[in-house]
Amino acid sequence: MSQAATALTGRALKTKLRVEGIDMVFNRDGKTTSVLENINLDVADGEFLCILGPSGCGKSTLLNAIAGFLAPTGGRVTIDGEAVTGPDPRRIFVFQERGVFPWLTVEGNIGFGLFKVSREERERRIAHYIKLVGLQGFEKTYPQELSGGMKQRLEVARALAVNPDMLLLDEPFGALDSITRLIMRSELLRIWEAEKKTIIFVTHDIEEAVQLSDRVVVMSARPARIQQIVEIDIPHPRDISSPRYLELRDGIFEQIGLAHKV
Amino acid sequence: MSSSLVQPRKWEKFAWPLLTASVFLLFWYYAVRYSGSKIFPSPGDVWRGMLELARRGVLSGYITDSLRRVAFGYGTAVVLGIPFGLTLGWYPALSRVVNPVIQMMRPISPIAWIPLAIIWFGVGDSAAMYLIFLGAFFPIVVASANGVRNVPSMFRRAGRNFGLAPTQLLAKVVFPAALPQIIMGLRIALGIAWLVVVAAEMVAVDSGLGYLVIDARNSGKRYDLVVAAMLLIGGIGLALDIGFRRLEKVKSIRWGFRYEA
Repeated sequence: MSQAATALTGRALKTKLRVEGIDMVFNRDGKTTSVLENINLDVADGEFLCILGPSGCGKSTLLNAIAGFLAPTGGRVTIDGEAVTGPDPRRIFVFQERGVFPWLTVEGNIGFGLFKVSREERERRIAHYIKLVGLQGFEKTYPQELSGGMKQRLEVARALAVNPDMLLLDEPFGALDSITRLIMRSELLRIWEAEKKTIIFVTHDIEEAVQLSDRVVVMSARPARIQQIVEIDIPHPRDISSPRYLELRDGIFEQIGLAHKV
Repeated sequence: MSSSLVQPRKWEKFAWPLLTASVFLLFWYYAVRYSGSKIFPSPGDVWRGMLELARRGVLSGYITDSLRRVAFGYGTAVVLGIPFGLTLGWYPALSRVVNPVIQMMRPISPIAWIPLAIIWFGVGDSAAMYLIFLGAFFPIVVASANGVRNVPSMFRRAGRNFGLAPTQLLAKVVFPAALPQIIMGLRIALGIAWLVVVAAEMVAVDSGLGYLVIDARNSGKRYDLVVAAMLLIGGIGLALDIGFRRLEKVKSIRWGFRYEA
């Protein structure tokens, strides 16, 4: 199976991110809660990885630790062999919703992180990413006049504009309606193909994980441990009624302990 | 009936307030007439009083004096209050130290400061401006500090993620994110400043609309002029507020105001 995955992606060789024995314990009101327990994970350069788990299991905490917003209680995160000590523009976090700055226009948001580049370069990149996420004609529009899906695409564009190596997406489509969500998934895959970024995508949606990623990391309920890592060896565009797709999806359903019945 | 739910028509925007004003004037007119009051002026008396003031040439001088005092006192409160409030919001530890004093000073009416203001600044413009400053300063500080505190942590994180240094984060993320709340505080403070200028002018100076109210009564019981001055105060206060509300419509600000949702 791993052979198939390597052949499939062809780029999944160099380790980009290494999570080594991460523990996270929170102290709140005198009570200690263990949120993450001994998480070990390697992510290859250019890989699309989904972290899947039930709500509140700590998968967002893991993503925040990878981003450098939270310091783990134990263990360490390295990116390209370099320890993560804080947030860095080389890895941009994309929030679930409303992460775009409402006081800036579409252009202003995309250009937000570009304060170190020349004006020409800045304008070139803004134009490029507006086109990439399909927001032409909305350059001067403020986020409150955009739909939820457009806001999310704007946030992805803002992240990509600073040319990061990695995108960390925290349930980015969770607040969207199901039709928009489907469109956004294929948009994200298109962007991933075009931009060759390493993507770590947190979700509680099994279908979403199987449709998008090279590998799905299945987390247990709190304290979160890695329960299983599933390789999705289906080439894109994926036929979501193919036997292999259903087999992988149902395997994860069973892994999580849910019979696929309503 | 449907007009209460949909956008008011253009003529309705003016027609209804005008109708209310006319009803109010009519009520006033007949109330004075049927009560046979010798003291309370009718709308006509007040109108003639206003013309008299304009003819004597004091009206525009008084209005500009009042506005000038507000401009200085309020302006100083804005210039000092916003940075102070931002600092308090930015450093919660400092806020914990300073907050008890602020919260105790805040409910003291600026009018209670009049005796001290006169000792410190003498009878004159500076005393009045100081009182206006006091009235406007605290609401601005509190609104700015709360504005900073209420900035969603997501925005700060996003700012830090793009590599902003703390001062850049304050200027490019925290301040614009807090701005709608700051603007709301500024608007409340302007209303207070306009209330305080009238009170201050009654005791500390001999010009302005507040002075006009007290002077008209003291020199000859001219209640027509008293009411004329009151109406002017109300009208200018309304104009200031309407002017301020235009700010809330600025596109980079109005996301923070609910009616624009």
